[in-house]
Amino acid sequence: MPLKLTVNNVATTVDVPPDTPLLWVLRDVLNLKGAKYGCGMGICGACTVLLAGRAVRSCMTHVSAAVGQPITTIEGLSSDGLHPVQVAWEALDVPQCGYCQSGQILAATALLAHTPHPTDAEIDTAMNGNLCRCGTYPRIRQAIHEAAQAGASAQKS
Amino acid sequence: MNRRSFLQMSALAGGGFALGLYEMPWAQAQRRGVPRNLKPASFIRIAGDGTVTIMAKSPEIGQGVKNTLPMMIAEELDVEWKAVRVEQADLDEASYGGQSAGGSTSTPNNWQPLRRVGAAGRQMLVAAAASNWGVDAAECTTQAGRVLHAASGKSAGYGELAVKAATLPVPPLDQVKLKDPKDYRIIGKSQPGVDTHAIVMGKPLFGIDMSLPGMLSAVIAKNPVFGAKVKSANVEEIKKLPGVRHVLVIDGTLELGSFIDGEPGMEPGVAIVADTWWQAQSARKSLKVDWDLGPGAAQSTEGFKTKAAELLKGTPANTVRSYGDVDGALKGAAKVVEAVYEYPLIAHGTLEPMGSTAVYKDGKLEMWVTSQAPPGGRALVAKAMGIPESDITVHMCRIGGGFGRRLMNDYMVEVAWLAKQVSVPVKLLWAREDDISHDAYRPGGTHGLKAGLDAQGKLVAWSQHLITYGDGKRIVSGGGIGGDEFPSGYTPNYGLFMTAMPLILRCGPLRAPGGNAYAWVGQSFLDELAVAAGRDPLEFQLEILSNTPVTASGQEPRAKGPGDLNPERLAGVLKLVAEKSGWVTRKKGTPGHGFGIAAYFCHQGYFAEVAEVSVDKDNKVTVNHVWAAGDVGSQIINPQAAESMGYGGVVDGLSQMAQEITLDGGVVQQTNFHQHPLIRMRQTPPIEVYWRKTDYSPTGLGEPTLPPILPAVGNAIFAATGKRVRTLPLARSGFSWA
Repeated sequence: MPLKLTVNNVATTVDVPPDTPLLWVLRDVLNLKGAKYGCGMGICGACTVLLAGRAVRSCMTHVSAAVGQPITTIEGLSSDGLHPVQVAWEALDVPQCGYCQSGQILAATALLAHTPHPTDAEIDTAMNGNLCRCGTYPRIRQAIHEAAQAGASAQKS
Repeated sequence: MNRRSFLQMSALAGGGFALGLYEMPWAQAQRRGVPRNLKPASFIRIAGDGTVTIMAKSPEIGQGVKNTLPMMIAEELDVEWKAVRVEQADLDEASYGGQSAGGSTSTPNNWQPLRRVGAAGRQMLVAAAASNWGVDAAECTTQAGRVLHAASGKSAGYGELAVKAATLPVPPLDQVKLKDPKDYRIIGKSQPGVDTHAIVMGKPLFGIDMSLPGMLSAVIAKNPVFGAKVKSANVEEIKKLPGVRHVLVIDGTLELGSFIDGEPGMEPGVAIVADTWWQAQSARKSLKVDWDLGPGAAQSTEGFKTKAAELLKGTPANTVRSYGDVDGALKGAAKVVEAVYEYPLIAHGTLEPMGSTAVYKDGKLEMWVTSQAPPGGRALVAKAMGIPESDITVHMCRIGGGFGRRLMNDYMVEVAWLAKQVSVPVKLLWAREDDISHDAYRPGGTHGLKAGLDAQGKLVAWSQHLITYGDGKRIVSGGGIGGDEFPSGYTPNYGLFMTAMPLILRCGPLRAPGGNAYAWVGQSFLDELAVAAGRDPLEFQLEILSNTPVTASGQEPRAKGPGDLNPERLAGVLKLVAEKSGWVTRKKGTPGHGFGIAAYFCHQGYFAEVAEVSVDKDNKVTVNHVWAAGDVGSQIINPQAAESMGYGGVVDGLSQMAQEITLDGGVVQQTNFHQHPLIRMRQTPPIEVYWRKTDYSPTGLGEPTLPPILPAVGNAIFAATGKRVRTLPLARSGFSWA
């Protein structure tokens, strides 16, 4: 059944069963490999994408539930890597293996969109669904604070 | 652009200068099994426009070798790091030397050879310039990718000199001149990961991201019990499901005996190959298999616990090391302390599940792998497929975590076998459930300990009996223990004994193998002894380290190497972490709050760690703060990444404290992260990492950062509650993470 999706501001149609997880539509139909498979049950966050600005687990989201809502994947966060979260991630060299990081970045982006200056406790809550097997959490925390500051400076200037 | 076209374009873009690593004495040791008649390979390419490409020889699993090793070359080549392009090498040990990543060996094994490769390149470019200018090479200097001649004011970029340099002889690498470390401009300065930009952009770098024209995707329905065989399956029914192209029963090559190796052979299962992975995984839901469970089904965790308790009461089957008179010293001791420590099997749980991609065409294989040990993997594939290694091309993908799991190469054999069956490119990806329940587990163990203190509270005897898995003298992979396990050699009477019981399950090394368990046992028990002696655990351990090492009777004293404990270095990191954490003036005696300290030497590195914890009335543990001090020699090659490795070791060790794999009816009871948890961000304490730089050659960081955190936290829990954690996971000692 053809389904109409808007992925990274591009309208597209996919012909897959409506209960196919969004993750596998992104990865194997639309060839967007940034979102990762980690657990398949919504507990690791490696598959995190933004659905109408909210961080969702694409491995647990039926593609049919994404129809009519803008989908943002890591590939669509910026064309040049200059999104404040990406810039902070690079400046602090957050990744170790890097596998979970697209999910971490999108979860952090969703947090900062509605909480521009999160406390450590707010970061803990927002990022609790994203596992990092390498233990980059201290760097992620630093990077979120740095991105928050950069966002604030950008607004002032 | 898919991965294949990228790789082809890189190959076409080769420049005018290539330098390989020639045979040399210090490289031989790390290249066991590699033919002597080496061909030079391309470590460095310099294009006419001055672009410098340096090959990254080893698999990148998050440990940062894709930076560390090229940085060594770039430093001595004397180029700007910003001008360097790093490219992942294919498997070619004859050209590159050892290409496995494990045991924190990449830094120590490559520190000499790779700096010399860079220095040789620099020397050849200088020679080319000197020849062009008709001046003495000794009068020339280099700076940031240029050769300079001060007297004449002449200078030339490496790009201009590359073609000429390529015609000159490569100087013997043991005779090239290396920089004085005080002149380093790249080593010792933080250089962000060469793939970091691509990672934050979501580029397809990982094994799971491979895509080839006409490629199919595969999942393997693994057996419920290790070794179980397929009697029958509804293959024809599954073949009719959407997208499914092949359903293949894997008989496997596994043979069950009393000892299961780390690479025991191909495991039986049913492979489903479809147009997309989700179609294969979805079809699996309709798969019905009648399994012959075999002898593994008789095993249970409870059964092994009972057996271990019986064996602990009996006479040990093997003596690992014994000297002095342990029994006599224990009889004469003023105080004897006894304890049993027990820890479970645990899984690696790399976030990227096992998998790889392969094409089989005209009897030859091309593979894109996620292995930490691709040389061993290729050998295994060659044997399984009955083709020579020279007919197998191996490309290395960036890897979503290794932790030792990918030293085993079972998924490489599986995908090679599948590629031959389906005759088109195929990508294998294990489901998470199979990844957790079919791991090569960190072996569990039970340790019976007994130690004696004299009237002054000095350690006079230590006896340790390890019950683990294996057969006779052999311990399963990842569970070996050496006669030098601390405090061996540092107490006047010592005995380490081992008894093995057979396990029909695969085990293998997990980050800091041995150390991830033995540090917890040894350093926790040492803390018990300090408490029994009424002494501070830091002062107690420093005193033990100050003892003159005992040489085993009948053995000549031997020259100590980097693999042997240097007590001054271990004491050094203990003192440093004590200073940084305020150990001596720490707050004591507050119920529900405490500090713990521990140290460990492994994989040539020295780490000491202090943990500060709070424990609430429900025995929920919060780690408030961790201090870590490390000594890995004279250089911290990439400081920011090195600090991150310190964080990672601590977080990984904390995760291990709550994990276990259990068996019931031979079936692994854990299948995903909800049952085999990782520490989350809110549970991660602030971590401070400090370095004690010493005059020794630099060594690795993957492993040694991890072991001390487990006993440091256990000892802190004791300080907070008076209850000793002697069984892991924490839940089996009555505690859990807050």
